[in-house]
Amino acid sequence: MLIDWFTVVAQAVNFIILVWLLKRFLYKPILDAIDAREKRIEVELADADAKKAEALGERDAFLRKNEAFDGQRAALLSVAEAEANTERRRLLDEARRAADALSAKRRQALRSDARDLSRAIGERTQNEVFAISRKALMDLATTTLEARVCDVFVHRLREMEGPAKAGLAESLKTASEPAVVRSAFALPAEQRAAIQKALDEIIGAEVHLRFEIAPELVAGIELVGNGQKIGWSISDYLASLQERVAELLNEKAQPEAGSP
Amino acid sequence: MRLSPDEMIFWRDGFFKLNATIVYTWALMLALTVGSMLVTRNLSLGLTRSRWQNLLEIIVTGIAKQIEDVGLRHPKKYLGFLGTLFLFVASANLCTIIPGYDPPTGSLSTTAALALCVFVAVPLFGIEEQGLGEYLKTYTEPTIIMLPFNIISELSRTLALAVRLFGNMMSGAMILAILLTITPFIFPIVMSALGLLTGMVQAYIFTILAAVYIAAATRGREPRGEADTTIDA
Repeated sequence: MLIDWFTVVAQAVNFIILVWLLKRFLYKPILDAIDAREKRIEVELADADAKKAEALGERDAFLRKNEAFDGQRAALLSVAEAEANTERRRLLDEARRAADALSAKRRQALRSDARDLSRAIGERTQNEVFAISRKALMDLATTTLEARVCDVFVHRLREMEGPAKAGLAESLKTASEPAVVRSAFALPAEQRAAIQKALDEIIGAEVHLRFEIAPELVAGIELVGNGQKIGWSISDYLASLQERVAELLNEKAQPEAGSP
Repeated sequence: MRLSPDEMIFWRDGFFKLNATIVYTWALMLALTVGSMLVTRNLSLGLTRSRWQNLLEIIVTGIAKQIEDVGLRHPKKYLGFLGTLFLFVASANLCTIIPGYDPPTGSLSTTAALALCVFVAVPLFGIEEQGLGEYLKTYTEPTIIMLPFNIISELSRTLALAVRLFGNMMSGAMILAILLTITPFIFPIVMSALGLLTGMVQAYIFTILAAVYIAAATRGREPRGEADTTIDA
């Protein structure tokens, strides 16, 4: 017989014991270890997921911040640019205004220079002419320039005709105050008498005269009475010369003012 | 010539006796238990672990995976019984490589004992899962006429389990012994290697058949088609 029943029972018991032993010493610890490890890995994975989510969130926040920063920077930049532009325009305007003012001032200075120069030239010319004329007259005639001026004046008085003469006679006759004879120099008594005589002859009555000195006449003489004025002065001649000199100076100043 | 290690008796007292089958079984039990204890004494819960722990984890999870593939939904519940069946049969068969060792599975008494254990365990698991009435009802399905045939099949498959393992292991040892007398060199080594393969295959078959029987007993309520789809899960 191949089956030994005692052995069968013994082997069955042995097997049951072995099941218990292996359960106790093999399956349980191994499965527990695997479970523990799986749990640990799960926890670590969850941790990693959480960290990843956190990192993503932080990255998003950083990106948002960056964008906001960029926007702010752009806004600041545009504002600064606009400010710089207005400042630049303002500075340019200021400079232009300053340049305009400067050039106007320069033109003004030039003009006043020209005016001064022309005046100086006029005065100088007047004086020179006066000096030259006097010298020439003194050299040519034995009489002084003043005497000659007086002669010319008397001559004029005598040569007066028509309405002018009548008007002068009328005005001097009706005058309540004495007529004034102005000259650049003190007239000697001889010449005063000549003038008095000439006037008396012209008007046909005695004329009260008052003699005054007016240096601005420059070798001239004039008679003023009751709103009437008659005279001769080198000033008149010089005036035309002065005018011409002034014209010349203006012509010279004009192109300079045109191109500042 | 001995057909079974049962015939090698060391001690006898009336009904009780101590033969080679029991002694070798004890030796295997001791080796398995002590080996497990040594390895599981300081298990690592971290990501790095010893190679022995790794080996045991692979074995345990591999068995659990196989049980699950057969269609048992909670492999940990059946791991104790089925895993021990596999480990015992496999180690008994693999140890044939040791000279002077007779595999306990080469004794019909051992295989009969294992088959009886399966024979008892299957209805126990079935009743635990479905309740006594439901389990007994599965014998009358699809009709009451099938009841005797179901009972016969229950008995015959238990017998087949016992005889299949015994026949394979016994024949392996037999062939080896015979070949040793005819061609003492080389060829017995090849046959021995083939015997190792056969032993592993028998251990696998024994365990898988037990698992299939248990699966059939525990899911009587479920439709057949649905049960198959759970295998992959």
